[in-house]
Amino acid sequence: MATSTVTITGHGGDDVQAYLARPEGDGSRGGVVVIHHMPGYDRATKEIVRRFAELGYDAICPNLYWREAPGAAPDDAAAVARAQGGVPDERLVGDVAGAAAYLRALATSNGKVGTIGYCSGGRQSVLAACNLDIDAAVDCYGAFVTGTPPEGSMRGNLVDQLPNLRAPLLGLFGAEDKYPSPEQVAELRDILAANGKVFEEHTYEDAGHAFFSVDRPAYRVAAANDGWERIAAFYGKHLR
Amino acid sequence: MCTYETVCVCLEGSGKGPASWLRVTQATVYFDHPVHAMADHTLNIDLTDPSQGPSARIALELTAESARALVAAIQQALDAVPSELTHT
Repeated sequence: MATSTVTITGHGGDDVQAYLARPEGDGSRGGVVVIHHMPGYDRATKEIVRRFAELGYDAICPNLYWREAPGAAPDDAAAVARAQGGVPDERLVGDVAGAAAYLRALATSNGKVGTIGYCSGGRQSVLAACNLDIDAAVDCYGAFVTGTPPEGSMRGNLVDQLPNLRAPLLGLFGAEDKYPSPEQVAELRDILAANGKVFEEHTYEDAGHAFFSVDRPAYRVAAANDGWERIAAFYGKHLR
Repeated sequence: MCTYETVCVCLEGSGKGPASWLRVTQATVYFDHPVHAMADHTLNIDLTDPSQGPSARIALELTAESARALVAAIQQALDAVPSELTHT
């Protein structure tokens, strides 16, 4: 495996920093765009990027806060981005498009690219798949894909965009989560079914929000291990 | 969850970080996942001087109970001060 920090062309033609991890060898393979959570382009997210390389994919994570805080520590950058209102949806789509284009331009690319995001990134993974030519998308407990955000929230839901979903979607959720709640997941299921979309989902009984986070109290090893197996199978089906 | 809700307030004062003191001109307050505290969610406060860049920040991550206790303590301390000292 080789890792590096690269520059991609993001929304509006902006240079955006990104973390890249690639398997050894020259064989043709798919790519994965990892969308980091609100705490930012942090160590835990980079570990996820490396895991996808270990699974056999070229993987990349754009630093969504690069414009607000180039070179800053991830937690400081996240604080600045939050204070300035967060990442606009349009900009997120442009940055993921740039990351996907970067992966597809690699000599090893088979042309297929998936997205995955956790927490706020889960919503953004769905958002990207509603607006870009993505081959598979994974939503790990993204809040406000459906449901009504609290008054004053920085982001709306994606209900009006879901009919435009362009890729198979895998959703992984915790039964004890409140955002998204099981009811909000059911709403997502119903909307996608009504629109003929491919949606695989699993809700873990003994888990809440952020159960993949190995460095947080929310970590649930059984749910996370099973979730990783489902992600590997899903991408194996759609990105190989 | 990520609440996406952020409250910003302008401040006037100073704070001390590991390196030095900094002017504090803004507080950002939100309830979300912490970076360091061992809790699923915390009330987070960033005391900052945006003009000095992202690292000019004093960060707090408090459990909801602790945050309420802090609010009460601040109010109690202010209430004990003669009003002529706190009117500017």
